[in-house]
Amino acid sequence: MSRTIVIDPVTRLEGHGKITLQLDDAGVVQDATFHVTQLRGFEKFCEGRPFYEMPNITARICGICPVSHLVASSKACDAILAVKIPTVAKNLRQIMNLAQLIQSHALSFFYLSSPDLLLGMDAPAEERSILHIAHSHPSIGADGVALRQFGQRIIELLAGRRIHPGWTVPGGVNEPLSGEKRDQLLGMIPAAVAAIQRTLTWFKESIEKFAAEIEVFANFPTLFMGLIDDRGLAEYYDGNLRVIDSEGNIIAGELDPAHYASFIGEAVEPFTYMKFPYYKPLGYPGGTYRVGPLARLNLAGRCDTPRADEEWRGFRAISPRPVLSSFHYHHARLIEMLHAAEKIESLLADRAILDKHVRATASVNNLEGVGVAEAPRGTLIHHYKVDENGLIKWANLVIATGHNNAAMNRGILQTARHYVQGEHIAEGMLNRVEAVVRTFDPCLSCSTHAMGRMPLTIELRAPDGSLVREVRRG
Amino acid sequence: MSAEPNVRTLTINGEEISARSDQTILEAAREHNIAIPTLCHLEGLSEVGACRLCLVEVKGARRLLPACVTQVAEGMEVTTHNAKIDRYRTMILELFFAERNHVCSVCVANGNCELQSLSLQLGMTHVEIPYQYPQLPVDASHPRFTVDHNRCVLCTRCVRVCAEIEGANTWGVMGRGGQSLVITDLKQPWGDSETCTSCGKCVQVCPTGALFEKGRAGSKVRKHPEFLPYLRIMREGEQP
Repeated sequence: MSRTIVIDPVTRLEGHGKITLQLDDAGVVQDATFHVTQLRGFEKFCEGRPFYEMPNITARICGICPVSHLVASSKACDAILAVKIPTVAKNLRQIMNLAQLIQSHALSFFYLSSPDLLLGMDAPAEERSILHIAHSHPSIGADGVALRQFGQRIIELLAGRRIHPGWTVPGGVNEPLSGEKRDQLLGMIPAAVAAIQRTLTWFKESIEKFAAEIEVFANFPTLFMGLIDDRGLAEYYDGNLRVIDSEGNIIAGELDPAHYASFIGEAVEPFTYMKFPYYKPLGYPGGTYRVGPLARLNLAGRCDTPRADEEWRGFRAISPRPVLSSFHYHHARLIEMLHAAEKIESLLADRAILDKHVRATASVNNLEGVGVAEAPRGTLIHHYKVDENGLIKWANLVIATGHNNAAMNRGILQTARHYVQGEHIAEGMLNRVEAVVRTFDPCLSCSTHAMGRMPLTIELRAPDGSLVREVRRG
Repeated sequence: MSAEPNVRTLTINGEEISARSDQTILEAAREHNIAIPTLCHLEGLSEVGACRLCLVEVKGARRLLPACVTQVAEGMEVTTHNAKIDRYRTMILELFFAERNHVCSVCVANGNCELQSLSLQLGMTHVEIPYQYPQLPVDASHPRFTVDHNRCVLCTRCVRVCAEIEGANTWGVMGRGGQSLVITDLKQPWGDSETCTSCGKCVQVCPTGALFEKGRAGSKVRKHPEFLPYLRIMREGEQP
């Protein structure tokens, strides 16, 4: 008999989600859909607010990556002011953005995914948590906590608080960095770099255990998109967007992010609140692309710091073409953490980072502004239109997780087809369906600008749509 | 010269105190370090009794009386705190929050807001009254200042400081009850006001984030209303 499996909620994600697997009479998965079941409406209720409140308001979209929103939003506001912000302000914002990348990647890798990686996908569900890892692999658990703390502490030292800091403002930042804090920050870096390197070592050693998962975890050709600097190297704060295909050909080299609407379309599907962005010249779903750590390492010339570059070369040696399996997002995430830590160090080492002139002031000079930055999960776009007094008339936010939506849906189908079959469905099989979603580290609350608790659900449905089985966790 | 006829003796919370006959309960209490919460009251401005947070119990009176506009009387027995008064005060705060859109986390006055501090101080932990979520405008037409009616508590400090200290009479109140709005001139955009001198006193005395300087995002904005008593004294030629 045909049936439907529902996984609701999907666990160890940021936000609410649900997976529906449609099985045919033979028990073979015919279709899989990932539903994001929340809606928040930030774009609507921001209307009428003064534009300079936007960094603070949009930061509330997420408690994990508020800094990404602060940065993209502040950049959109800079565009409305039509100012070039002081270099020191740009560098300080960059440091905060990189610190955010480290803490968020640490959360994804250690807190959410390391139980699958260390204990195996078939480990009992009750053991698959960071708390269990703290007992079974104490030194790894401690590294995870320390790395997340490292990122959060940098944000706190720069901006005064760890979550939703009000320090990044239109035109720059609120306060300069003191020499004392700079020294404190520099002092924290060696331990963090060592922890990241330890993690890379054990991860690379254990990767062969996951050959089967690597084969089917969203392992298919798509485009990749991300920011690059003017030398074509990995960039998180500024620069242009590059799009490559699955063969590694650059199909768009230097797209101006301010014109994102000319090359990114947003499709809508009835089963989810999350939109499906696509690369316009190739249409939907042909223009499906991936963003985030895997995409960035695939499309950049290299990272631009010595230790990260060495790791990057090893990573790119996995495949002569771009690395296609989303399982490798985990690996890419670790390399990006190393890159971020090294880059923070080099930015802090420059004496100019202590410059006191950290903010440009102006009033409304443009009635429209776009701000783009690389969030931990990928390219984040904030786009505002204001009236002549600076009140928001219209806002559009294209969120990193959204870009990956089409690939995540296809990835779930690929994994489910491989692992979920027949009458008896083991828990570990369903966990793999969830784990493929976790590789993307989706932030569902961001992608729908939604709010709520964390959980996710898998639904198994008959051809007539009737529910056969539902797996619900949370 | 004897001050005797002007002296009144009363008790506040059982404590016997003397006050001048022209003093209010609030003035007498504060002179004796007895705390009564206030919001619309600001030293240096006239009293309007608008916010009702200073309600006190006076023996023999059938209802609670606002301490800021009730004069002392001989033999008066005043209670400033008891369960009933505390309940009324937290309810008044809840009404303020429910009436408009006060979102502390993204407010320019977060951490420096009198409404927020009073809520902390008086232990208002929940708002049980349904929020009204009114759709209220933001006027950002003035080159330096913005008025956000979502955060206005209608204390009218801006109206009074503009009339009594600056003498510009730019601010006024239109409408009735919950629909009231503070307005500039005849409800022109603030930026078009011909009477506004852009002195900024209204911004300094505003207890919330309703009036603020442009571009001051973040939570670092402190207001300085303490200049008022001195201004008044200088102007009236009184001795400090």
